[in-house]
Amino acid sequence: MVTVDPPSAAEPLLQMRSIVKQFPGARALDGVDLDILPGEVHCLLGQNGAGKSTLIKVLAGAHQPDEGQILVRGEAVTIPHPVAALDLGIATMYQELDVVDGLSVAENVYLGHELASAGFSRRRAAVRRTRELLARLGHPGISPTRDVGSLSAAGKQIVSMARALSRDASVIVMDEPSAVLDSEEVENLFRVVRELTSAGVAIVYISHRLEEIRAIGDRITVLKDGRTVAQNLAVSDTPTPELIRLMTGRTVEQVFPPSTPLASDAEVLLAVEGLGLAGVFADVSLDVRAGEVVGLAGLVGSGRSEILETVYGARRATAGSVRVAGQRTRPGSVGSAVDAGIGLAPEERKSQGLLLDEPVYRNVTLSTFARFARGGMLAEGEERAAAQQQAAALDLRPSDVDRPARTLSGGNQQKVMLARWLVHGCRVLLLDEPTRGVDVGARAEIYALVRRLADDGAAVVVVSSEIDEVLGMSDRVLVISEGTVVYTGPADSIDEHGVLALVMEGRAA
Amino acid sequence: MSEHRTTPPSGTGDRDRATAPSGRPGLSLGKDAAAGTVSADLPPDAGVALSTPAPLDGRGSPAAGPSGHGTSRGLGLHGSVGRNLGLVLALVLLCVVGAVTGGERFASIDNALTILRLAAVLGVLCIGMTFVITAGGIDLSVGSVLGLATVWASTLATQTMARDTHWIVMVGVALAVGVACGLINGILIAYGKIVGFMATLAMMVGARGLAEIIANRKTQVVSVPEFLDFFRASVLGVPVLVWMFVLVSVGGWVLLNRTTFGRRTVAVGGNPEAARLAGIKVRRHTMYLYALSGLTAGIAGIMMLARTTAGSSTNGQLYELDAIAAVVVGGTLLAGGRGTIVGTVLGVLIFTTLTNVFTQNNMSTSAQAVVKGVIIVAAVLIQQRFATRSRTT
Repeated sequence: MVTVDPPSAAEPLLQMRSIVKQFPGARALDGVDLDILPGEVHCLLGQNGAGKSTLIKVLAGAHQPDEGQILVRGEAVTIPHPVAALDLGIATMYQELDVVDGLSVAENVYLGHELASAGFSRRRAAVRRTRELLARLGHPGISPTRDVGSLSAAGKQIVSMARALSRDASVIVMDEPSAVLDSEEVENLFRVVRELTSAGVAIVYISHRLEEIRAIGDRITVLKDGRTVAQNLAVSDTPTPELIRLMTGRTVEQVFPPSTPLASDAEVLLAVEGLGLAGVFADVSLDVRAGEVVGLAGLVGSGRSEILETVYGARRATAGSVRVAGQRTRPGSVGSAVDAGIGLAPEERKSQGLLLDEPVYRNVTLSTFARFARGGMLAEGEERAAAQQQAAALDLRPSDVDRPARTLSGGNQQKVMLARWLVHGCRVLLLDEPTRGVDVGARAEIYALVRRLADDGAAVVVVSSEIDEVLGMSDRVLVISEGTVVYTGPADSIDEHGVLALVMEGRAA
Repeated sequence: MSEHRTTPPSGTGDRDRATAPSGRPGLSLGKDAAAGTVSADLPPDAGVALSTPAPLDGRGSPAAGPSGHGTSRGLGLHGSVGRNLGLVLALVLLCVVGAVTGGERFASIDNALTILRLAAVLGVLCIGMTFVITAGGIDLSVGSVLGLATVWASTLATQTMARDTHWIVMVGVALAVGVACGLINGILIAYGKIVGFMATLAMMVGARGLAEIIANRKTQVVSVPEFLDFFRASVLGVPVLVWMFVLVSVGGWVLLNRTTFGRRTVAVGGNPEAARLAGIKVRRHTMYLYALSGLTAGIAGIMMLARTTAGSSTNGQLYELDAIAAVVVGGTLLAGGRGTIVGTVLGVLIFTTLTNVFTQNNMSTSAQAVVKGVIIVAAVLIQQRFATRSRTT
């Protein structure tokens, strides 16, 4: 184990010593150590399944450790339930936003510790204090009386953060706080984090995005297979390949595969002309040839995902047309798009893509089981064989297609989605955030896979909120800002800064 | 509604459910039948063969979200053997209690056939309900639709026409009423975007009212002898009503586990958005499902008409709640995404046997209701325990 002692002599705010958590059949935590100093941003790194989520649930009082010790300001404590964690000054912001949509902002902030006297809630005091908290977080524009359901994901996260602050937390655990944010909102998040740390609050920051950790983190603890494999690494002294090696146990070379030159006579598989969706985006045209990967770059809310969904028919276009190999699809009809050979791997795999409790093979054949069937009777043997064939081709791990989809890692769930459309014979693939929730080691694999599918003759459209990913994966990019295409060109003739500049410019115009 | 349960029913529905076999006119039960083997004749649940236990590895747990949710939903299909075994054990236990307390009166072929005949009507209703609940919906209207079907199929006009032509007219009317009500439910829910609970609640109230208007709150005695002769007969010593239950159950099992219709049903219930984005026509399928539930309510109506020899607007009162209870006790997830016909059949048999045991021991219907409530809670609790264990081992 690599251990670097911190130069400062500050007493740790929170220490975890050899934490073990045994679940029936699996040892989720197998000796985890963690030292948190006041005023630092401590990054917790690890692949999916390394034990990060279990660890923060132990900290939040949701799980009880079987062995090990937790010390707060040097004193051993137990955290038997979530309220105890809050009483100790440990607040957790979960990855799935835990706000209640039907309640107002102020009610959410004070949920569970309502301001009251003699049994009557002091709503005005709650509103006033919430306003102060929101101002401190840099969002004075959010009204404390507003319904939380009407806020964006970023707004909900601010509410979640205000709740942590309202508890006077000295340690705030943030589980993938940037997953729902675009780059501008991430900047604001960082500003808030810096303000909190300068006031002595410690942040435990979990993210898959190494560039964020570089931007905001002070020290890093790396988990692998439920153990701490490296502790208290200084962010500034640790090169990225070293971090990836610690997380994966192997070295990762070049992540993006080289693109293959396009044949000049490659067929235009997807032709989108003047597509529009009233109030969201307008006049989007793009041609994608067989063998080509086209990326859509832009901020969250720019309309990128909506463009994909409209091409797919999940939203009914108000203008324009979509053609697949010359044949026009019916607007607003997913069935028509699927029949024409378009497949979508949606942004939220779990909620929009998979039947988590069903076996993998039924997820793979979700669009094709009727085709395998004879006279309405399922042919499960053939379905399983087709799924097995794709599992082998895409190197699905584990390759057992009878496992419930829930038990697969993010990257392998994404392969299940790809397999679904490959079994269908789709030649146009729309990938919305193909690497969301996919750990660093598996991302390179997805990139290589997408390139291989393109080389085999597919036309691919990729949307990602990570600009370097869009640029790295694509042959050609479209930059979207406020629902309009502001740039179309080869991916290698523009860089991350160029895209950001265009996006900003587009906003100003 | 509760007044109907406490006051002696004017119609024949409730009384019929609570009474033991003896005084029913015109019954000819075969003595030589191998009774009580219905559930054993059913093919095993599909999930048994198709899925392997999923060990909870480290990769599964962090993604599963809040743990309580994960454990109750995460079972998949592989627990179905154990779940059904638990239900069989409960049924056996109930039979032992019945035999000990009732002796010969309970442990006789006659009584077994009585239980099955009483289970048949509710059971057929439950098959349709299983589909709706598997798809994440609910149908509160089945009891009322059943009542309306019995009334409509036994009006003077229908019966006259049936006597002039063929008794099948009555069957056709009952089925048409059932399917029409189900289609209305389905269209309101799928295309009118009304929540299933509300649309079928409206149908439950409306259909009952319509039945009262048509029947003028009178009991309409069936006077088409051929109709009664057909449905009250026995084949191989087993009443036709029981055969109908068997056929509908087997049909339902095949439909749910072996056809594209069933696969769509599970997909729509498991994740409607994923189903839609995979190209499944979710709304059309939802409409079909409620029509199917209406169809089984119509079939159950015919069976009720045959069993009680009368159409009445009070027929099938509160059957919707018994049906939901039996389906859920049987192991179908109320949240959708998992359904089991075998479990449903066992759930129905458990409830009917319970009623029979209580009736034979001269215990009040009120006491029965209390025990039923306890059983529903116990069954759900046990299943949750079981689900947690089988997920993690």
